[in-house]
Amino acid sequence: IMFATQVHGDNGKMKEYHYTGPVEHRFSPYSFNGGTVLAVAGEDFAIVASDTRLSEGYSIHSRDSPKCYKLTDTTVIGCSGFHGDCLTLTKIIDARLKMYKHSNNKSMTSGAIAAMLSTILYGRRFFPYYVYNIIGGLDEEGRGAVYSFDPVGSYQRDTYKAGGSASAMLQPLLDNQIGFKNMEGVQHLPLSQEKALQLVKDVFISAAERDVYTGDALRICIVTKDGIKEENVPLRKD
Amino acid sequence: MALANVLQSESVDFSNYGRQRRGFASGLYETELGVESVGGDNLSFAVRTACADGDGPERKIEFLHGTTTLAFKFQHGVIVAVDSRATAGSYIASQTVKKVIEINPYLLGTMAGGAADCSFWERLLARQCRVYELRNKERISVAAASKLLANMVYQYKGMGLSMGTMVCGWDKTGPGLYYVDSEGNRVCGDLFAVGSGSMYAYGIVDSGLKQQNLTVEEACDLGRRAIYQATYRDAYSGGQVNLYHVHSQGWTRVSQSDVLMLHQQYQAEKAEKA
Repeated sequence: IMFATQVHGDNGKMKEYHYTGPVEHRFSPYSFNGGTVLAVAGEDFAIVASDTRLSEGYSIHSRDSPKCYKLTDTTVIGCSGFHGDCLTLTKIIDARLKMYKHSNNKSMTSGAIAAMLSTILYGRRFFPYYVYNIIGGLDEEGRGAVYSFDPVGSYQRDTYKAGGSASAMLQPLLDNQIGFKNMEGVQHLPLSQEKALQLVKDVFISAAERDVYTGDALRICIVTKDGIKEENVPLRKD
Repeated sequence: MALANVLQSESVDFSNYGRQRRGFASGLYETELGVESVGGDNLSFAVRTACADGDGPERKIEFLHGTTTLAFKFQHGVIVAVDSRATAGSYIASQTVKKVIEINPYLLGTMAGGAADCSFWERLLARQCRVYELRNKERISVAAASKLLANMVYQYKGMGLSMGTMVCGWDKTGPGLYYVDSEGNRVCGDLFAVGSGSMYAYGIVDSGLKQQNLTVEEACDLGRRAIYQATYRDAYSGGQVNLYHVHSQGWTRVSQSDVLMLHQQYQAEKAEKA
């Protein structure tokens, strides 16, 4: 039942009040903590980057909560969405990696981690992990690999992918600059590490301009055969 | 239940953390907090999800959906054609999804509806088919493979799985084509189109199949054209057209064509004719 009563406000304009009757408030097991993650695969490197802002509703809980987690020497995962599920999921992945290492006497490859994550996520098909995952790393031949997931485990290998709150803003820019989409008569040059790094910084600066949940700082993990290097870049704090 | 049994053996039991055990037998989980399916509407494969409301803006968990897939039998086997778009709500999550799952060298499965549901259950089907081969020392028939899949998902009927798939293959009875979905349907047939763009695809294939005795080349062109037309009219289909041909020696990947290229090609052909 809705009532619309017309009341005159202070400045003389009409104000409308809607009375909607009793409303039931249910406990929601999820909350949205924001954050954007991005991964790019090159010929012999992979870059996984995320902002470090942790928000909830209109508040910022932390300006230093990165969303990249190191899994092995050749694999990094970026998780955004509900922070509680991100933490639990990464703990579960770490435990499974250890178990695999003990049983098989070797570290899991990026492809294997991706396949395993798919089944872990699907195991919660009816109460999903509210996490958007992107794995970045090197495959068995040393080439860059990016695997992107949906919350219930559907995944595929990509060259580049953006996930999280500003993904819809970043992805089209990457499509154009890395995938050369919607460009005619342009030479397709392979992506160098320097160009990829600069591109990642630029897209996050743009995302911070227009997405409220993205900002504060940018954490970049660069995966090469020599290991994982981290870089921090400040972003808008507003 | 199948899901719990499959995953239980591969993972640590976290029940001592106070979490509920992974017993999917009860429907309690999903009625309160999980997903619910739009009942009875087999065409749209839409799944509504729990909203995270409370402090601030509402956010829905969105899974990947939307597609056009088709398969038809003809003189020289089965043609399977699919698009490659995956959507999460109105956002195009990917234009390069592989919607044909290669179960084994002579069996293919197509993917429509929830991406994770299709890829998970068809991967499980591949495992079951291999086990059958090892136990019985012969290849599994298309009828049996499709029945395995149908029975696996039937246990989850009403719980919100969204899957519309075609199992295509060649066994000792010749070409085989079955449609299996999460509602429990399992139907044998000569032609199926599944997904949000299926109606548009049916139009093309039905008129193309009026002509009898298609060659392999003609049948491939028909499948490709049908998917192209569906991507033209359906917002949730697009990307590339992946085409497979199943024959007595197994399946062959015929082509992968970008829809934009096909558009230019067909426009050029039309101009030539005029």
